[in-house]
Amino acid sequence: MAKITFITSDNESVTVEGTSGSVMELAVNNNIKGIDGDCGGVCSCATCHVYVAPDSVAKTGEASELENDMLEFDDLTNEYSRLSCQLQVSEDLDGVIFKVAK
Amino acid sequence: MKASEFSDAFEEARQEKGIGKMNDQNDPVTMVLRHKEVRKCAHNWKTFQSGAEPGRIVIPSEVNIRDTRQIPFEVDPPMHKTFRDIVDPWFKRPLEADYQNGLTKIIEGVVAKALNSNSIEIVSEFSLPLQSRALTYLLNTPYSDADLWISWGTHVFRSEDSDLDAGKANILYDYIDKEIDRAIENPSEDLYSMLLASEVNGKKLTKEEVKGVIILTFSGGRDTVINAVTNSISYFAEHPKSLEIIKEKPEMINNAVEELVRYFSPLTQMGRVVTEDTHVCEHAVKADTRISLCWASANRDEKVFENPNEVVLDRKINPHVGFGFSHHNCLGATHARQILRILLSILSKEVTSIEVLEAKENIENLDNFERKIGFDSLTVKFNK
Repeated sequence: MAKITFITSDNESVTVEGTSGSVMELAVNNNIKGIDGDCGGVCSCATCHVYVAPDSVAKTGEASELENDMLEFDDLTNEYSRLSCQLQVSEDLDGVIFKVAK
Repeated sequence: MKASEFSDAFEEARQEKGIGKMNDQNDPVTMVLRHKEVRKCAHNWKTFQSGAEPGRIVIPSEVNIRDTRQIPFEVDPPMHKTFRDIVDPWFKRPLEADYQNGLTKIIEGVVAKALNSNSIEIVSEFSLPLQSRALTYLLNTPYSDADLWISWGTHVFRSEDSDLDAGKANILYDYIDKEIDRAIENPSEDLYSMLLASEVNGKKLTKEEVKGVIILTFSGGRDTVINAVTNSISYFAEHPKSLEIIKEKPEMINNAVEELVRYFSPLTQMGRVVTEDTHVCEHAVKADTRISLCWASANRDEKVFENPNEVVLDRKINPHVGFGFSHHNCLGATHARQILRILLSILSKEVTSIEVLEAKENIENLDNFERKIGFDSLTVKFNK
């Protein structure tokens, strides 16, 4: 079980719990504003863009080359950007904070 | 060759030069063919603009058959976002469970009719009614409106005789004008009324702006959805085990839909007008000429996709650009995805096999390239 916190663009903080699936699915299932996950998690639509809190980066690891390619042409991208569909929910992510990009 | 095989028309040009050339009504186009370059150009709206003369970024150009600017499609940032913010919540409604239930009933009806027929022509008797009825749901207009739209055929601007049929376009425009006037007289819960009540920079949308959004809604999701549905049927007909696998593993429907969109790429390309002398893939392009973002080629780029010319229904990572890329990504993508997801779910439960009886391919002629985009007709038999 991992407790994961999302901070939406209007600064609402929502903490949810999950055991499996992707962070995008967890967000969509909990109606986190700004995360649509249109493509269902195949790294095609970039509607699940989040910023990893700086002190959570060690837990999430690095983006893959294809994920970085997708983020490269997004105006909102910064060094903490990830596509949440490419992050798997596991114990490792317990306590991680994501800020929703949109 | 099998009906469901769609070869890659751009492979050689993409690998050798990265671009292709085509002449479109004496307004030539430099086609950008590689995945990364397509995405790079799509993102660079300052150099490759959408807000050009209405109709010019569409290929074939519609400059000669319309003056109304399609919105937000033919508007550049920052104004593009202002319009997109108005329409996005409406076009995201297919994410809601209630919406999906309504769409499911529509598609179940179309599939049930096919199952009860000895044979059915998929383009005109299955995909066209399905798209038209689903559009009533998207616009929130009466279901019966679909009957009129079905009578217009598969493309709102193209006919059997012409790629650009002004007479046909005028039928749509007259219809939309009347619907806008109706919504002004009697506002309802439909898209027209929502748009008429919306404001941009403190001013109500004009009738012309509302018309621009509605034309886009009618034309953008018409032949694209029809081709995606028809081509998918051809695939399942020739790969009957796929339906069985999806029935056993419904969780793979999402991946399957994305892969079918990648493989079939219902929209071949979209143009942009170049605002300054520059280059794409090391080839010079001049200001006031056109480039195209060739989604169909990018979606077969062997540098990005393993086995690009095969349908891999459970492809996990699939950064396709079948719904475009960057600011102007497809407004109707959420709706189109739900249509396909629901269709696959129903087919996998209700249909055991599909037989192709007759297929007539629809080949797009792009000067140096010939691309199969779908079918003029596809007659099949559905088996329970």
